[in-house]
Amino acid sequence: MADAIRIQDLRKNFRLGFIPKTREILKGITFAVREGEIFGYLGPNGAGKTTTIKCLLGLIRPDAGTIEILGRSHLSPRSREPLGFLPENPYFYDYLTAREFLAFTADLFGLGRREKEDRIRRLLALVGLERAADLPLRKYSRGMLQRAGLAQALINDPKLVILDEPLGGMDPIGRKEIRDIIVRFKDEGKTVFFTSHILQDIEMICDRVAIIVGGRIVKEGALRDLVSERVLFTEATVAGLPPAAFAGLGESVSAQGDRVLLRIFDESKVDKVLDLVRGQKGRLLSLSPRTETLEDIFVETVTRT
Amino acid sequence: MKIRAIAGITFKEAKRDRVLYLLFFFAALGIVASRVLALLTVGDRIKIIKDVGLASISLFGVLMAILIGTGLVYKEIDKKTIFTLLAKPLHRAEFILGKFLGLVMTLFVMTLTMSIIFLAIVFAHTLRIEGALLVAVAYIFLELVLITAVAILFSSFSTPILSSLFALGFYLIGHLSWGLELILKKMAPGAGRTFVRALYTVLPDLENFNFKTEVVHGLAIPPAIYLSSFVYGLCYTVFILALAILIFRRRDFI
Repeated sequence: MADAIRIQDLRKNFRLGFIPKTREILKGITFAVREGEIFGYLGPNGAGKTTTIKCLLGLIRPDAGTIEILGRSHLSPRSREPLGFLPENPYFYDYLTAREFLAFTADLFGLGRREKEDRIRRLLALVGLERAADLPLRKYSRGMLQRAGLAQALINDPKLVILDEPLGGMDPIGRKEIRDIIVRFKDEGKTVFFTSHILQDIEMICDRVAIIVGGRIVKEGALRDLVSERVLFTEATVAGLPPAAFAGLGESVSAQGDRVLLRIFDESKVDKVLDLVRGQKGRLLSLSPRTETLEDIFVETVTRT
Repeated sequence: MKIRAIAGITFKEAKRDRVLYLLFFFAALGIVASRVLALLTVGDRIKIIKDVGLASISLFGVLMAILIGTGLVYKEIDKKTIFTLLAKPLHRAEFILGKFLGLVMTLFVMTLTMSIIFLAIVFAHTLRIEGALLVAVAYIFLELVLITAVAILFSSFSTPILSSLFALGFYLIGHLSWGLELILKKMAPGAGRTFVRALYTVLPDLENFNFKTEVVHGLAIPPAIYLSSFVYGLCYTVFILALAILIFRRRDFI
C-alpha cells in the first residue's frame, strides 16, 4: 500500500524570546502513514505534535527533512488539494454563518456553484448542524464549532484528513458521533491522521499509532502489536472482610465501609483470594482482569523517556 | 477565484469595523463644515469648499487605509484564522493580494460615497456638477491604494500599533520628500548630491498624487504629468506588495 504521508528526518528549531534562545522542537522525525488507515499521533503537551502538523501543512518551514503528501512535496500548494485539515480549537470568522463559511472555503477550492451547494448541504447534515446553519459562528458552543471545523475540512472531499485534537471540547455523545464519522472515512477509503489526548478514543479507532516525546518518535506501529493481551493484574471487590485479611495476596487499593478494592498482580493468587473469601463468609462483588491498554504503554513510554 | 474569495471576506470584515464609520462620519462632517467655513471667508467661497472637501476625503481616507489595513493580516494571525486558510491550496501571495484587494474595494466604496457628498455640497453652491474634481479624487484614491499596500506590508510582520506608526511615517515622509527635490536643484555635483538623489529615489513622493490645487484653481495640467503620476503610483504599489509577499512567504505561523 502506498504512503499518504511520508516524513523523513524532520527537524525544526525555534528562536524565541527577547534575547533569542534556540529551542529544538523536532529532533529528526521519521514516520509514514499508509493510505486508507487511521493513524493516531500521540504525545504529551509540548512534544511537537502540532509543530509536526504545521510543518506538514506548510505553515512552518522545517529546518531540515522532507515531507511528502500523497507523493507530492508538501511545499507545493497543490499538495494540499486532496487534504482536509481541522485545527486544534478551531478559530473561524465569527461573523459568518456556518453556511457562509463553508461557501467561502468551497471557493478556495474553486468548486462550481451547484457542487458547492450540494456539498454544503450534505456536510451540514453529516456534522448535525443543519438547524444552526444560518446562525453566526460566534453564537456556537465549542462542540458546534468543532463540528463546523470538521465540515470545512471535508468541503473538498479530501483523500487525506488531518485532525488536530478533533475530540477536544466534545461531550460524550458528540465524541461518539465524531468517532463514527472518522471510522466512516476509513470505509470510504480516506486516510485519517489525527492527534488526541483521549487515549481510549485512539485505541478504539486507530490502526496504527506513533508516540512522540520531546521531539522524537519513541514508538510506532500497529496498535495490535503495541498493545499485548497480557493480563497486568486482576481487580477484585470484596465485602465483609477487613483489608488486613488479604496481606500477602494483593495490594489493597481502597477500603470504603466494608468494601475492599484489591489489586492482585500474581495470577496464581487469584484462586487463593477466592478461597479466602468463601472460607471467611465474605462476598465477592466483582472480579475483572485488566489487560494492557494504550494508556499504559503511553504512560510507560513517556515516563521512561 | 481564490483571490476573489479572500477579497470578498476582507471586504465583509472591513465593512464591520466601527473605526471605518467613525472616520467616515468625520470626513462627511469635514465636507459639510466646509460650507460653514466658506461663510466666514472673504473672497472666493467655493474654493474653500473644494479645498476643505478634498482635504477631508484625503485625510480620512488615509486614516481608514492605515487603521484598517494594519490590522488585517495581523488579526488573521492573532486569531489563528490563517491556519485554516493556508492549509487549503492557497498561495501566500494570493492571501496577501486578496487582503489588499478587499481593502481597496472598501476604500473605493468609501471614497465614492464621500465624493458624492462632496459633489452635492459643491452643487448646492454652484448649481453645477464639477466633474473635474473627480480627477483630484481619483489621484487621492491612487494614493490610498499605495498606503493600503504599505499598511499590509507592515501588518505582515508587525503589530497593529507599530504598523500604524510606520505607515503614518511613510505617509508623512511621502509628503515632505519633495523638499529633497528642491535641495537637489541647488546642490553642486558630488558625493552629497548623489546621496540626496539616491534618498529621493528610494523615498516615496506622495505629492505626485496631489492635484488638489490645480483642480480647485482650474489650472491646466499636461497629460504627461497625469500619466507619469499614475505609472509612479502603480509601480510603487506593485513594489510594496512584492515586498509584503516576500516577507509573508518566509514567515512561520507558530
